[in-house]
Amino acid sequence: MTDKTIATLAPDQAVQRLRYYQKGTFTVGNRLVEGEARAVQASIDRSNALTCGHRACQGCGEALGARYALDTAMRATNGQLIAVNATGCLEVFTTPYPETSWQLPWMHSLFGNAAAVATGVAAAMRVKGRRDVRVIAQGGDGGTTDIGFQCLSGMFERNDDVLYICYDNEGYMNTGVQRSSATPPAARTATTPAVGEEPGNVFGTGKSVPRIAVAHRIPYVATATVADLHDLEAKVMKAMSIRGARYLQIDVPCPLGWGTASHETIRLARLAVETGFYPIFEAENGKVTAVRKIRKPLPVTAYLRMQKRFAHLFKGPGEDPRVARLQAMCDANIEEYGLLAGNES
Amino acid sequence: MLKQIEGSRAMAEAIALCRPEVICAYPITPQTHIVEGVGELVKDGQLTNCEYINVESEFAALSVAIGASAAGARAYTATSSQGLLYMAEAVYNASGLGLPIVMTLGNRAIGAPINIWNDHSDAMSMRDSGWLQLFAETNQEAVDLHIQAFRLAEELSMPVMVCVDGFILTHAVERIDIPDQADVDAYLPPYDPVQVLDPADPISLGAMVGPEAFTEVRFLAHYKQTTALRLIPKLSGEFRSRFGRDSGGLIRTYRTQDAEIIVIAMGSVCGTIKDTIDEMREEGFAIGLVTIVSYRPFPSAALRNALAGAKDIIVLEKSIAVGMGGPLATDVDEALRNLPHAPHLHSAVAGLGGRPILKASLHRLFRQAIVQPWEGTHFLDLNEKIVGREIHRTGKRRRAGPTAENILRQLAADAQGAEGGR
Repeated sequence: MTDKTIATLAPDQAVQRLRYYQKGTFTVGNRLVEGEARAVQASIDRSNALTCGHRACQGCGEALGARYALDTAMRATNGQLIAVNATGCLEVFTTPYPETSWQLPWMHSLFGNAAAVATGVAAAMRVKGRRDVRVIAQGGDGGTTDIGFQCLSGMFERNDDVLYICYDNEGYMNTGVQRSSATPPAARTATTPAVGEEPGNVFGTGKSVPRIAVAHRIPYVATATVADLHDLEAKVMKAMSIRGARYLQIDVPCPLGWGTASHETIRLARLAVETGFYPIFEAENGKVTAVRKIRKPLPVTAYLRMQKRFAHLFKGPGEDPRVARLQAMCDANIEEYGLLAGNES
Repeated sequence: MLKQIEGSRAMAEAIALCRPEVICAYPITPQTHIVEGVGELVKDGQLTNCEYINVESEFAALSVAIGASAAGARAYTATSSQGLLYMAEAVYNASGLGLPIVMTLGNRAIGAPINIWNDHSDAMSMRDSGWLQLFAETNQEAVDLHIQAFRLAEELSMPVMVCVDGFILTHAVERIDIPDQADVDAYLPPYDPVQVLDPADPISLGAMVGPEAFTEVRFLAHYKQTTALRLIPKLSGEFRSRFGRDSGGLIRTYRTQDAEIIVIAMGSVCGTIKDTIDEMREEGFAIGLVTIVSYRPFPSAALRNALAGAKDIIVLEKSIAVGMGGPLATDVDEALRNLPHAPHLHSAVAGLGGRPILKASLHRLFRQAIVQPWEGTHFLDLNEKIVGREIHRTGKRRRAGPTAENILRQLAADAQGAEGGR
């Protein structure tokens, strides 16, 4: 009996067949969408680029995001895909030597050079006349917004034919949850402990690489979330239909780093969108072209209260004034990107 | 074809003859003319089937080369000094991954104080990185070594650094024989990678390796370099039969047959040393020179053979391992270890930051080694007056200020004083 259970975990058997259902407001099940738009993961033909057996934590948003993104890119390129990985969780949990979870040609060089290595791979493909082979670079937010930023900006400005995917879990999770420039204000990390006059990450710091990517006027920039996998897949498909530098940043909750329950990953990702905490948009050639609307914005506390990294905000007797500052941040996002549904001009 | 040409331009033409497929360019003096040269050859269509990429840093330059090489393209880049340090992480990565990238290093000092002129500190900083390091004595050899380097790199699947003295070689205009394309093609077959990122045959490259295998991986990297000790002379021999001249190899000897004193050096300074030796020979000194071409792998056995009969060895090098002495002298010492009747080794550091190494100084140094040997490391032509004053000055007060700037001020004041006294 045990043997049989294991046998059913073979990749082609491990697929969940069409068990999507409509829930909430924007989650559309596979049954309800056109065949073309249906989730790749629902198909037994999916490439399974990142296969089972890797060492990601339970509930890892990054593993989920990477699997969907790469399977979609594999579909878009008919399997003619090479991936370059920055050092980080994704690299470590997928390739504990001599095992690997990657079923596509995959390379890890350094923490800060994934974009440049991908440029090199793309150049090699071009010089060899393999226009059909496409290149993806991927890394976490540390490898993207901090140490890999210079190479990333260089790849953007040269408009190299690379899709760079940043799995944004808002910190250096692989090294034990330290602050990155993508860590939100007030969040507790190992290097922004919840002590002192301003516990957690300080306000007024950090950077938005999607906005910076847009400022490079590259052909395509998008943010996405593991809470909306149809949207993620559509964005990867779109990115792969375009030549030149492209940037996709996916919000991937991290149960370990955020102090959240493993089974809440998708809910958290959805709340990040529904509160305006994480604006979901697309931009082409320097202009925002589409946003993911919010029908009824939820208060940021709904998102914050689920996470231990923000627990210090709710320990005092009254409401911590920093909650209001975080709410203002969300409101500003909603305002800036016009996220409110019904506000279409 | 014989050309009256700048060394950098000649190297650019030689590199183009090797048909690189991806070239990453980032400027840094004194290497810049080389990447400018190949860039022009690509842009005007003389070098076809080549992607020339202007990157944003040396770190990116080598990273792009890493990606290109891993994807099966012949990749080339060049750098110097601070640039090599800036790409240091990628330098180790390229060799760790076994990628046969060829890189020219236009040898230049490392700051601070910032200095654009020639010495070998930059090459020495990466001597343990797993790259093979070949030092050119002349611009002709620089041209030839690049052609051999691609062959060597690709046969071993290891990266090779061709070290060329900044300015002294890179900016010197002289007569250089540029090989024919047909000969280079015959010598250097197309790149056939041992590992390649290919959707038809997916591999994972660059996995994490733990204590259970790391030693073995490192041992094999070391082993591979030791096999190059046989391959380098072989390729140099093949080069001689096709191109008709001696270039490369592990070491070269000059008048060492009966020599009791042997000088050891690398790079362009060997020309001046040979002239000095000729003059000293006429005066009756039994002196010769061993030029090290292959610094990594270090040719210990070849050196032991070449040095066996000598009484005194003078290692003259353009680098200083601060707090230790001359790194090349240390390596030579290691090669001589446990040798019965090992010669006496004298270590001298010269030509730092582009200071000219003059024949008169070499005459003095070589004589001193015999009649009045020094302990430790000798700094050729050190301005002892300035050094003494600076040691005294900084010893007197805490807020003594920056040393480099003060020394420059002192030199200027001394020069003015000398002029005033005239």
